[in-house]
Amino acid sequence: MAKVPVQFTLNGSEKAEFVESGTTLLNTLRDKIGDTSPKGGCQQGTCGACSVIVDGELRLSCLTLAETCNGVAITTTSGLAEGGVLHPLQRAFLDTFATQCGFCTPGMIMAAKVLLDHTPNPSREDVVEALSGNICRCTGYEPIIQAVLTAARANSQNAA
Amino acid sequence: MALALQTFATVKDANAALKAAGTRYLGGGTLVVRAANEGDVSVSGLVRSTDPALSAIEINDGKVSIGASVTMAAIAGHPDLGALARAARAVGGPAIRNMATVGGNLFAPAPYGDFAVALLALDAAVGTGDAELPIETFLADRDNSRAIVTYVRFALPKGDSFRFLKVSRIKPKGVSVLSIAVVLEHAGNGTVSSARIALGCMADRPVRARAAENALFGKTLDPDGIASALAAVGEGIAPITDPIASAWYRAEVLPVHLGRLLLG
Repeated sequence: MAKVPVQFTLNGSEKAEFVESGTTLLNTLRDKIGDTSPKGGCQQGTCGACSVIVDGELRLSCLTLAETCNGVAITTTSGLAEGGVLHPLQRAFLDTFATQCGFCTPGMIMAAKVLLDHTPNPSREDVVEALSGNICRCTGYEPIIQAVLTAARANSQNAA
Repeated sequence: MALALQTFATVKDANAALKAAGTRYLGGGTLVVRAANEGDVSVSGLVRSTDPALSAIEINDGKVSIGASVTMAAIAGHPDLGALARAARAVGGPAIRNMATVGGNLFAPAPYGDFAVALLALDAAVGTGDAELPIETFLADRDNSRAIVTYVRFALPKGDSFRFLKVSRIKPKGVSVLSIAVVLEHAGNGTVSSARIALGCMADRPVRARAAENALFGKTLDPDGIASALAAVGEGIAPITDPIASAWYRAEVLPVHLGRLLLG
């Protein structure tokens, strides 16, 4: 089958790949580019583990075809840390024990990042709503909600 | 398995390509890529159109036209479509709402398709390249529909005449046990002069509850007034059974939730 070119920005750096037509963004990121932070969970749009940020919007990379992403800017969890310093959300997830097996964590962090980008001081209800498309089978969600609220507080303190 | 995706600037060209066997139209991907991921081998090729008209929302004199590629998030966030925000937010989680389209929702099998339930109560018209159909006709024959849906059109409900309820077991986001959309008009004396009631999960696609609609006519919205409508709402339904709920359960709780929606 003919390969098609795809070109986008991933965590600030230009990427250009040839993929088979119909390849999902998830498989392109993981298998072609080597960014394994988005996880392939259900492949059905139910679990949220594959969540990435496309042009500022949360998307499910398992249901997005790579060739529809030409020219977009993609953010994944692997692009959040700067110079070895964890992003406040990553730090908060560690500090509040919001990560157990870790499989859902990158998707949770992407959903939380979109929330905090638009709503720097979210309510608990805002957090629950923002994470409502992401499933965690370990934590019971409470530590994850606390992590996002903690990161929001840390951000607002840094900004003050 | 790879799926060849063909992208066209115009709906006309996309319609032509869609005639090939095994091809499906790609909207947001939440139905068709999901099917492909699940191993649905009937999908061998995908077609999409990037025509900007498909992503347009037009509102003139209380008449709304929503392009088929408009997402649930775009509707939920639109300043003039506040009446529909609740129904748009009923679909999926945030990521799904950024992807799932109005056009796709018309094809979503129960227990999905909550927004189509709202559109059915609004008595929308569904536009394809060369025709416009009442949504009820469109839904009844959707399995045979091969023309790309380009828009849905309806009159913006006045005041609080539109009501929507989705019942799910997981909060805030869960798959529907059922969904109900109602558009009510009142006569001067406060009685119901017209009612459209649409139900989700009460068949494999959204359906109207005509017996309940007729029973509401001339009644007031109080427990006595709605009793006959609640008794009639189960007429003709064939609820789905899935891991969320059995057909029996859905039929049992339907009048309870309709009652809450009408009295709420």
